[in-house]
Amino acid sequence: MLLRFIISRLGSAVILAIGIILVSFTLTALLPGDAASSRLGERAAADPEIMAATRRRYGLDQPLYIQFFVYLGNLLRGDLGTSIRTQKPVLTDLAQFAPASAELAIAATVIAIIFGVGLGIIASLRANGVIDQGLRVVSLGGVSIPIFWLALIAVFLFSITFRIFPSSGRLDPGQTPPQQITGMYTFDSLFTGNWVLFVSALSHLILPALVLAAPMVGLLLRFTRSSMLEVLGNEYVRAAEAKGLPAHTVVLRHVLRGALVPVITVLGTAFASLLAGTVLVEQIFGWPGIGAYAFRSASNLDLPAIVGVTLFVAIVYITVNLIVDFLYGVVDPRIRRA
Amino acid sequence: MTLSTTDPNLAPDGIPVRRNLWLRTRKRIPVAWRRPLAAVGIVIILAWVMLAIFAPWVAPFDPLAQDFSRYQPPSLEHLFGTDAVGRDLLSRVIYGARVSLPLAVLLVALSVLVGATVGALAGYVGGVVDSALMRVVDLFFAFPGIILAMAVAAALGPSLTNAVLAIVVVSWPAYARVTRSLVLSLRESNYLAASRLLGASSGRALIKEVMPNVAGPVLVLASLELGNAVLLLSGLSFLGLGAVPPSAEWGSMVSAGASVFYYYWVALFPGLAIFTVVLGFNFLGDAMRDALDPRSARSVATSEL
Repeated sequence: MLLRFIISRLGSAVILAIGIILVSFTLTALLPGDAASSRLGERAAADPEIMAATRRRYGLDQPLYIQFFVYLGNLLRGDLGTSIRTQKPVLTDLAQFAPASAELAIAATVIAIIFGVGLGIIASLRANGVIDQGLRVVSLGGVSIPIFWLALIAVFLFSITFRIFPSSGRLDPGQTPPQQITGMYTFDSLFTGNWVLFVSALSHLILPALVLAAPMVGLLLRFTRSSMLEVLGNEYVRAAEAKGLPAHTVVLRHVLRGALVPVITVLGTAFASLLAGTVLVEQIFGWPGIGAYAFRSASNLDLPAIVGVTLFVAIVYITVNLIVDFLYGVVDPRIRRA
Repeated sequence: MTLSTTDPNLAPDGIPVRRNLWLRTRKRIPVAWRRPLAAVGIVIILAWVMLAIFAPWVAPFDPLAQDFSRYQPPSLEHLFGTDAVGRDLLSRVIYGARVSLPLAVLLVALSVLVGATVGALAGYVGGVVDSALMRVVDLFFAFPGIILAMAVAAALGPSLTNAVLAIVVVSWPAYARVTRSLVLSLRESNYLAASRLLGASSGRALIKEVMPNVAGPVLVLASLELGNAVLLLSGLSFLGLGAVPPSAEWGSMVSAGASVFYYYWVALFPGLAIFTVVLGFNFLGDAMRDALDPRSARSVATSEL
């Protein structure tokens, strides 16, 4: 039963992934810019012979559908093609940049859960009071603030004026990264017991993570509040109150658990859609992650890298949603039966 | 809408419920407390619309006129200071409203047009067409739009039109889903059957009977997304993929100030303009959502930027 569920889910995920390759392939092929000419530069691109040779080399002289099947075939062998810009396999590039983004995204999500869910609970318990109104403004402010502007303000205040946090990079200049285990410097330095490096990695991480978390805090605050309010009206909450349970037990054990399902959905979608934010934040904080890689690939029309990074991000999105579906069952046993 | 006659403070048998102070949530909502935000939102939006319309009369300087007073801090003459080539930032911020507001409306309108058409077709025709179209919608939902938008802007060259088109490509699916579910709920309704019995073709029924009933909720959803549209567009411009200099666009103005922290006002004021406009739309949208659905809409798509 559970196995069938997993298999059917994985099946549709694979079909979705193939569709995404197809779409990104077609769209990038429809674009007027040419990867070959963007690689060669103007003078060489004017020479038809060099152009033809370059196009042959990257398989661009083949019809699009053949390119597509060649790509799918290579993909099965774990080959995502070679980036025209970095001249390295796209998979190598992704493996190099993904941990930095993962670290940033996870840190931002943890911050957003602590503040978003926490403040959401407070808002729901004080519904329509002064605190709730204040938190409503905070929540709307979080989703309204342009993230690139917030990042600049954060750098101006905390890096330049007060010098609390460094303004860019993942470590201080001259520091060597810890031995690679996860590729996330905070974890790796912790695992290897390198405290100096850990403090450095953490202090570089905090500012971009806080900025990236801002819209998520706003979103989670609103959803937690409304979801809590819905559950607070239920009979079983009254029953728990009537039993004489202390208020915090009722709120945390009974209400919050019932309120979590919609919150998890939003969390999943928000985590998966962090990418747009990371493009801007990584750009400003000089954070060498997937967002910065996607930006450079796109602005150089590096087609293999664009398709690779698109596929990678889509797979993350699909996977996160799968996990969210499974989490439902854990939080709410009724869904498991359905 | 059904009117509930039950008082939430009474148990079903009519006995008043004494509630834990910590948990009193079903208290009647003091309406006056909730509306101020909507009013503030309306005032902010109206102010920006007025500024956009009357920009040539309100702005103290020509937004493109350069002079030798580069990077002047805010002063009585230049309230927001001047930028790298001595342009008056206040005037540029005011003129920026002429760029961002109409484009946000255009962006949302195009997304609604595409999304609602696909959604209406899927919901109305049903069957294979429906499942095929909805798989396409799923696909675009999982598709990382920002990468596509960046690639499109890079290939077609940075321009605001291209930025709008690129965002439309990735923002229409939300409207398709909503429209489809609305059409599905209408399809079985009696008056649609009546229109069919009167001999209306299915295309005519779709346009004459279904669309007007779907339009309301979809337009509300669309108006909620205006703030997001401003954010997305200014984000692309910040990356250098939207507005081209010397146009007075807020995102690219912030970007121009990003490298000169010492002259903080260059980035501060255009960013503040984006923030207030989006906040205005979201204040208004929040109140509308509450008015339409007291349980707060779950369907509203999460923000992209």
